[in-house]
Amino acid sequence: MPAELTPEQSSGKIYPGVLPLLRIMDEEGAILEDGTFSPYVQDVGEAELKEAYRQMKVTRRFDDEATALQRQGQMSLWAPSRGQEAAQVGSAMGLLPQDYVVPSYREHALAFARGVEFTDLVKFFRGSETSPWDIKKHNFHPYTVVLAAQVPHAVGYAMALNFDRELEETTGEKQMGQGQFSASEENAQPAAVAVYFGDGSSTEGEIHESMVFAASYNAPVLFFVQNNQWAISVPFKTQSRVPLSTRAAGYGIEGLRVDGNDVLAVAAATRYAMKKIRSGEGPVLIEAETYRLGAHTTADDPTKYRTGEEENEYAQRDPLIRLEKYLRHNKLADESFFEGVDQEAQQVASEVRRVALVAEPAEYETNFDFAYAKPHTQTENDRRFYREYNAGFEEE
Amino acid sequence: MTTENLALSKAITRALHDEMTENPKVLALGEDIGKLGGVFRVTDGLQKEFGARRVMDTPLGEAGIIGTSVGMALRGYRPVPEIQFDGFVFPAFNQITTQLARLRGRTNGQYEIPVTIRLPYGGSVGAIEHHSESPEAYFAHTPGLRVVTPSSAHDAYWMLRASIQHPDPVIFMEPKRRYWLKGEVDFSDTDFNPFCAATLREGSDLTLVSYGPMVPTALAAAEAAREDGHDVEVIDLRSISPLDIETICASVAKTGRLVVAQEAYNFVSVASEISAAVTERCFYSLEAPVLRVGAFHTPYPVPRSEEEYVPGIDRILEAIDRSFAY
Ligand SMILES: Cc1ncc(C[n+]2csc(CCOP(=O)(O)OP(=O)(O)O)c2C)c(N)n1
Ligand SMILES: [Mg+2]
Repeated sequence: MPAELTPEQSSGKIYPGVLPLLRIMDEEGAILEDGTFSPYVQDVGEAELKEAYRQMKVTRRFDDEATALQRQGQMSLWAPSRGQEAAQVGSAMGLLPQDYVVPSYREHALAFARGVEFTDLVKFFRGSETSPWDIKKHNFHPYTVVLAAQVPHAVGYAMALNFDRELEETTGEKQMGQGQFSASEENAQPAAVAVYFGDGSSTEGEIHESMVFAASYNAPVLFFVQNNQWAISVPFKTQSRVPLSTRAAGYGIEGLRVDGNDVLAVAAATRYAMKKIRSGEGPVLIEAETYRLGAHTTADDPTKYRTGEEENEYAQRDPLIRLEKYLRHNKLADESFFEGVDQEAQQVASEVRRVALVAEPAEYETNFDFAYAKPHTQTENDRRFYREYNAGFEEE
Repeated sequence: MTTENLALSKAITRALHDEMTENPKVLALGEDIGKLGGVFRVTDGLQKEFGARRVMDTPLGEAGIIGTSVGMALRGYRPVPEIQFDGFVFPAFNQITTQLARLRGRTNGQYEIPVTIRLPYGGSVGAIEHHSESPEAYFAHTPGLRVVTPSSAHDAYWMLRASIQHPDPVIFMEPKRRYWLKGEVDFSDTDFNPFCAATLREGSDLTLVSYGPMVPTALAAAEAAREDGHDVEVIDLRSISPLDIETICASVAKTGRLVVAQEAYNFVSVASEISAAVTERCFYSLEAPVLRVGAFHTPYPVPRSEEEYVPGIDRILEAIDRSFAY
């Protein structure tokens, strides 16, 4: 068993560099001022907060529907995002449409905030499609299942954005990548990249190499780690003795440690980081401390490795409850607002159910089309066999 | 002048140079490839000409090199990463097989990932451990990748150019013990197709298939076999994936005998695949079983005994004799 840190150790006295936890909205929905970060969300008013709540709540409802669908045999698997909605929606509040967003596989609220339809997203876990959304339109990369493998891709993409800038200066031609959505004239801030991974994934070697490459090339990339305290059954303390944000200093990049259930704090930290990244100051690592309220996936049984008390304790800190309290206490939203959101969430859930029940994979032969860009002898031989084999049944 | 006599390594340098000149999106990256020009000097002079942004000395991490190359390709670039030695490709194995090979498929063709990985490979260079490996079968086994390997300066030049221009990821395997092999490069051969095999020597009695560093050995063995009265046809695969099985079968239909010579371990290898494919396709043309000449199923030995290990002319001749004994 890895050692428990003493309060002294985790206070940063023994491990210097442990960062303070940024919070802007406390668990009762009261606002705490932070000299550095509060200004970044000064303009977040009623409309933005209601929108954040809407995205979080609709995702929560969708999440429950997807879990139910899996139980009914309609999905291969489901990985719930329950509890992590504020971390995801808050971070999306700091991103622009021209930013390229590279998720892991649990970023459903983030996907929704980027405009991905849940009726599309659900097909990934239903097992009928691997990239069920228009990647370039939403600038939302497909889910990656091999932990951390997407992170160096994000860094390479960010390095390439720097190359683009240089080419634009020397040639005067706007660089369009492979057709990813690019900034409009009115909102011509330089594009950047945001990549997401979990506390367990943080141990993978590719994370280390990614941070080194990003730092060396001053790549405009945000590393956003959702520390939900668990990697399936393995607790965070097995991955690290210190908060992951502490590690940023070792790479010579700025780290931020933020309450991931505080949508305002996450938004402020992300905006701060993206401003820095866009202005060419290189990568930033944000660690959002949150909690996976659900099971790892529908194939998991958390009773085997964590206590009900722990779950209950974190359930009290549900980010949705916190934001609802804030909206109610400050009379920013009345009952009809909450009813309206619930109604919409219900509609989305029904729509997802309708689509999921009929979503089938594309014609099998498309597998032969997509393996290679140009015909490959062995793939084409197999395609021919496949056709003849099937034709044999038709004749009978 | 459209032809020039170049060492194989210099033909590769020239191909990189010409692609970088023609396409500003082509980039080279890897360990020590910039200032030093690579440990084999294959990228010599390129950083000076194209700058440190397009010829990058990267931090030391193979997964990072290939992983960031994938990301650059997503953004419309054509990276040509170098892995310093065959034995050091494995830290990047995950990136190559689960990501590079599959991203086009995973995105239903929404993305192309035109990354060309340059990989010096093979033994007989007197090197210490992990500098003499032949890992081609791992990559050929993986759908989504193309794997090619030249055996001459001319092929090296055109195969690399075609690989960089190709929309699919390519593992470009460089036969390092043949880096200094000189040959004529014809710069007017613009229709060159890297994905079909080349018949380097016609013969009527037996087909000898080889690729990469083993090709000159195969040609020498064919010459020696002539003294025994055997007229051996020699085929250079050039491409391992896709595999030009048609050319091999057409030859076997003529000769009735097939020997495949490679540096890699025989077990579950390119030669194994050829044996199976030929047996499936031209069983009735065969006068003898397909025979494989390759490395023993032991790790690559210390360099002072590699001569015992890497097949040479005599091991090929022994297989040719065995084939004729049927
Ligand atoms: C390379 C790799 N190893 C193992 C797995 C199996 N696996 C899937 S999710 C997971 C835990 C991931 O934990 P974390 O990174 O904290 O993300 P979370 O699931 O908590 O969002 C494991 C071990 C995998 N998908 N990829
Ligand atoms: Mg986790």
